[in-house]
Amino acid sequence: MNALVALPVLLPLLGAALTLLLATRDRPQRVVSVACLAATLAVAAVLLVRTYRHGPLVIEIGGWPAPVGIVLVADQLAALMLVVSSAVTLCVLLYSIGQGQSDASENTPVAIFHPTYLVLTAGVTNAFLAGDLFNLFVGFEMLLAASFVLITLNGTPLRIRTGSTYVVVNILASMIFLISVGLVYAATGTLNLAHLAHRLDALPDGLRLSLQLMLLVAFGIKAAVFPLSAWLPDSYPTAPAPVTAVFAGLLTKVGVYAIIRTQTLLFPGPRAAALLLVVAGLTMLVGILGAVAQSDLKRLLSFTLVSHIGYMIFGIGLSTVAGLVGAIFYVVHHITIQTALFLVTGLVEEKTGSTDLRQLGGLARIKPLLGVLFFVSAMNLAGIPPFSGFLGKLGLLQAGVAAGGPLPWILVALGTLTSLLTLYVASRVWSIAFWRAPGPAVASTVPLPTLMVGATVALVALGVGLTVVAGPLFDVTTGAAVDLHERTPYIHAVLPGGRP
Amino acid sequence: MSASGANLVSFVAIGVLVGCGVTLLLERSLIRVLLGIVMAGNGVNLLIIFGGRSGRAPVVGVPGTGAMSDALPQAMVLTAIVITFGFTAFLLAISYRSWYLTGDDDVPDDLEDQQIVRRAAAKEVSTADLSDERADSDSEQVDAPAPRRPHRGEGPE
Repeated sequence: MNALVALPVLLPLLGAALTLLLATRDRPQRVVSVACLAATLAVAAVLLVRTYRHGPLVIEIGGWPAPVGIVLVADQLAALMLVVSSAVTLCVLLYSIGQGQSDASENTPVAIFHPTYLVLTAGVTNAFLAGDLFNLFVGFEMLLAASFVLITLNGTPLRIRTGSTYVVVNILASMIFLISVGLVYAATGTLNLAHLAHRLDALPDGLRLSLQLMLLVAFGIKAAVFPLSAWLPDSYPTAPAPVTAVFAGLLTKVGVYAIIRTQTLLFPGPRAAALLLVVAGLTMLVGILGAVAQSDLKRLLSFTLVSHIGYMIFGIGLSTVAGLVGAIFYVVHHITIQTALFLVTGLVEEKTGSTDLRQLGGLARIKPLLGVLFFVSAMNLAGIPPFSGFLGKLGLLQAGVAAGGPLPWILVALGTLTSLLTLYVASRVWSIAFWRAPGPAVASTVPLPTLMVGATVALVALGVGLTVVAGPLFDVTTGAAVDLHERTPYIHAVLPGGRP
Repeated sequence: MSASGANLVSFVAIGVLVGCGVTLLLERSLIRVLLGIVMAGNGVNLLIIFGGRSGRAPVVGVPGTGAMSDALPQAMVLTAIVITFGFTAFLLAISYRSWYLTGDDDVPDDLEDQQIVRRAAAKEVSTADLSDERADSDSEQVDAPAPRRPHRGEGPE
């Protein structure tokens, strides 16, 4: 049973190798990638059920015992993230196949879209399952290397220009992460997360705090938390639609996941809480104000993405179980809905050739299905009941009220304001792009590819479905949050003999 | 944790490497940025090496395990070197492509900055909400809209 834990990393990697071998044969490449991701999703679902019932699963890669060897750990949080991420990556893959987003042709030596996409998935799953800090770093590097290739796909001037900023910023973030890894090892002599949980407690307070802050900066850049978020709205929108969608949905959340993991397991307690709450508030506010000012749909959505990262950091910053429950629920909700919104935007671009709000108009009449898809996802993002966005925000705001104190109350107010501004942004896009008379952008008469529409519908339906399964989902997130807060289930699973 | 082999010289070396790296990172030219990343990356690698205990080669079977160096940071640094190597190659490719397309490899101002500067110069507000003013005469539009991908069964391709 434990061997299953390695599969979510192994399957996409093997798939990547296989698709590389298939070189330019388009159809076999598609079959292999879809099969790999579907299998990953199935394994992730099994892992989630298993961890929910019986606690964390651990596999020691290479057979070396825990503090020395590399371990992969699937606890409830990791398993839940795996399920959501593989469902989303599968949907986006189908969408990109529908769009013909593959560079396989007679002239290309090797078609790289599918292999790179699978490596990206493997990096994401590896980061979720990593049981030690260095393996987490490797997971990040895998997904980064793949994302570099995807964001500069085809090497057009605009993508090279924005891609170079993205590449440099992310390499810098990795370097800060690597410095923290080196310092953590020098200070404690271990990198295993469970082992670190013991050893870090013994360090002097100042040293411990500086290590915590360095890791926070590194993950803050990846998660696009406010003062470190300027790179995101500039680089994401130029990539191909499915690539932007999967980046927006997943990559920032891997950063958020890393923050959750390190803040709860390695540095428990409210030491950085005030800092996290302040940056959470600023992230929400600055992000959404940026979105209000945008006139391009993709850039606008990138700013809402930054803004809503603030909600998750808010939940983490409360450092209570209720806050963590809200944050984890919000991560799940936001991965699906933000990806869905970018996919809808991709459909708009496919239909009209533009995502510029000044060019668009009358989409609700031209293509009613697009209108429905956008409306449902946008209302979901803004947090209108009964959608999951409402439940997620409600959970977070309740946790904030329960925590009490001036800072959480300010954050509750800011959260409500951000939600209202998101509603404003959503209705602005709706009334400009969908409701007014058709704009200069001419709608294509060619019908949209069925697979693209199907994948988008599936993802929007998944976002709505989160409301239906909100009860069980809250059970899982509560279980995950309680485990994180107690720390002992994770530590005992990795180091069965207790303190080594 | 353990006696490390670090001394003043090694710390100065790390400091100089990372310091020069950061200075180069602040440049506009991608090649200089790349050199900065390589220098800072090597500084970080040294830092990790000195994080572990120094000593003799850690070979199994050789007596005196107490005097052996810590093998774990060395293994990590190998991984980090490989990763830096890959990223360096990729950045080189990017800067070559950038030079090929535009004649230089400078990183330009970001779009938001350019738009705000233009708007401020023209003293104008966003026109997206005004349905009768279209984008044609809009000086705000710095980024030309992406050319539309021809659909299958449409156009020559």
